[in-house]
Amino acid sequence: MALVPRRRTDPLWMLAPTALLLAVFFFYPLLHAVHTSLHRWDLLTEPRFVGTANYRSLWESGDLLHWTTTTVLFSLVVVTGATGLGLGLALLLNRPGRLVGFVRSAVFSAYVVSWVSVALLWLWVLDADAGALNGLLGFFGFEAVPWLGSPRLALLAVAGVTLWKIAGYGMVLFLAGLQDVPPALLEAAALDGAGRLARFWHITWPLLRPTTLFVVTTSLIASFQVFDVVRVMTQGGPVHATTVFVYAIYEQVFVNLRVGRASAAIVVFFVLLAALTALQLWAWTRRDPSARAPRGSHP
Amino acid sequence: MKRAPLARDGAPLGPAWLRLGWGALLVAVGLLWLLPYLWMVVTSLKTLPEIVRAPTAPLPSGLSFEAYAAALEAMPFAHYLWNTTLMALLIAALQIAVALPAAYCLAKLQFRFRTAAFLLVVATLAVPAQVRFVPVFALLAEVGLVNTMSALVLPFGVSAFGTFLLRQALLAVPDALIEAARLDGASEIAIVYRLLPPLLLPALTAFFLFSFTYHWNDYFWPLVMTTDDQVRTLPLGIALLREQGTGVRWHIVMAGNVLLSLPALAVFALAQRHLLRAVTTKAR
Repeated sequence: MALVPRRRTDPLWMLAPTALLLAVFFFYPLLHAVHTSLHRWDLLTEPRFVGTANYRSLWESGDLLHWTTTTVLFSLVVVTGATGLGLGLALLLNRPGRLVGFVRSAVFSAYVVSWVSVALLWLWVLDADAGALNGLLGFFGFEAVPWLGSPRLALLAVAGVTLWKIAGYGMVLFLAGLQDVPPALLEAAALDGAGRLARFWHITWPLLRPTTLFVVTTSLIASFQVFDVVRVMTQGGPVHATTVFVYAIYEQVFVNLRVGRASAAIVVFFVLLAALTALQLWAWTRRDPSARAPRGSHP
Repeated sequence: MKRAPLARDGAPLGPAWLRLGWGALLVAVGLLWLLPYLWMVVTSLKTLPEIVRAPTAPLPSGLSFEAYAAALEAMPFAHYLWNTTLMALLIAALQIAVALPAAYCLAKLQFRFRTAAFLLVVATLAVPAQVRFVPVFALLAEVGLVNTMSALVLPFGVSAFGTFLLRQALLAVPDALIEAARLDGASEIAIVYRLLPPLLLPALTAFFLFSFTYHWNDYFWPLVMTTDDQVRTLPLGIALLREQGTGVRWHIVMAGNVLLSLPALAVFALAQRHLLRAVTTKAR
C-alpha cells in the first residue's frame, strides 16, 4: 500500500514547512496564551504575574457565564435554523427548471458574499428609523420595531442575518445528499402506497442522516466563532446583549487593553472549541454503514 | 417546511393546491434573497436629500452616481482592492505549496510517526484565528511585521482542511504511477510539484476557490493585524465607511457595499459549479 521513502529524510523535508508554520502560528500561540493568562498585561508595560486572578475575575464577574450563554443561544438558533432551513430549501428546490435554478443560485450567493457585505446590508434594512423592514411594517400599519436596539431582539436579529447568509450552505449540502437517495427506493415505496410524508420520514430522512450530522457539527463550530456580523452590526450591544465569546475577547484586547484577562478567555474558549471538535470527529467516525440504510422503517 | 412536495420523487407534483403553494413558496424564497441586494443597489443610486427625506422610497428619483464618487473618494479603493486580491492569492498559493508535499508524505510514504503527524495537522482545526490572534499579534509586533503583507499571509500558511483534502485525493492516486515516475528518474520534488498537480486538479481547484473566497472576504484578521492603510483590505475599508461618522449617509455605505460585493458575485457567477463542489467535497 504505502511506498517506501527513497531516503529516510524525505518525510522530514516534506513535513518541515507544515511543522514550522504550525509551531510558530499554532502551538506557540497556545502556550503563549496560557502563559499570558496568568499575568496582568496592557500591551504597553511589562506583564506582571497574577496567578489565576484573571480566571477568577472572569468567573466572579459573571462575564464568562454571560459570554457563554450568549454564544450558546446564538448557536442554538443558528444551528437549528441552518439545518431546518437548509433541508427545507433543498426539498423545495430539488427539481429541474430555470426559475428554480435561479432561486437556488440566489440563496447560495449569500454564502459567497462577504460577512461585511451582508452585515452592512442588513444593518441598513433593519435600521429602526429609516430601514426598509420597518418601512414595510409601517405601510401595513404596524409599529416600528427596534430590531438591533432592543436587548431582547438584537441577538435574534443577528442570528437571523447569519441564517440568511448561511442557509445556502446547508441547502447545497442537503441537495447533494438528496442526489444519493436512490429513486428506485422511493418509487417502490410509492407503489406500496406510501404517501409523501411517509416516504420522506422512512426513506429520505434516514438516508440524509450523515448530511444532517455534517451540517449540524460544522455550523455549530462556525457559529461559535461568530465575530464579523456582531462587530459590524451591534459592537456587542445593546447592553452586551450580543457580546459573544470572540467579540468579548476582541473587546478585552483592543478596547480595554486587558490582554491577560483576554488570554484567560482565549484558553477557556479553546477548551470549548476542542471539545466541540472532538465531538465532531467522534460523530463523523461513528458514521457506520448500517446508518446508511433505513432500519426497521417498514413494519 | 414538510409541506413542500418531495421533489426527487419522480412522481407528478400532485394536486393543484400543492403546486400553487409550492410556486408561492418559490417566489417568496426568491424575493427574500433578492430584495436585500436590490435594496442595496436602489439605495446607492439615491442622493443625500432623498435619503434624508424619504429613505424607504422604493425607487430613486433618478440615476445619481454621487454616492459612488463619494465612496471612492473616502478611501484608496484600488489600493485596497489590490491588497485584498494579492493577499488572498498569496495565502492560497502558500497553502497549496505547503500542503502538497505534506499531503503526499502523509498519504503515500511509510514512516514512523505518520498517523501522529496526520492527527496533529487535523487537530489544528480546533485552533481558529480567533484563538491565535493575541499571541501572534504580540509576536509579529516584536519583529516589526504588523501592518505588513507577511502578517496577513504567513499565519495562514498551513491549512488543515487543505492538507486533509489533498491527502484524501492522493489516496485515490495509484502507487504505480509514482513508482513509474521514480523509475524514470524523477526526483521527489518533481513528483510532488510536477507529477501530482495535474492528477489532483479537481481537489486543487476546490481548495483554491475555497481558500481564495474565504480570505478575500475575511474581516477579522486584517482588522486585528492592520492599523493603517498600508495593507488594509477592502472589507475593512468598506466597513470603515459606516464607522467614520457617516450618520445618515447610507447611500454612500451602500455604494461601497455594491463595490465590495460585485467582485464576489462576479466570481460566483463564473465559478458557481466549482464553488458548489468546493463546499460539497468537505462533506464527502
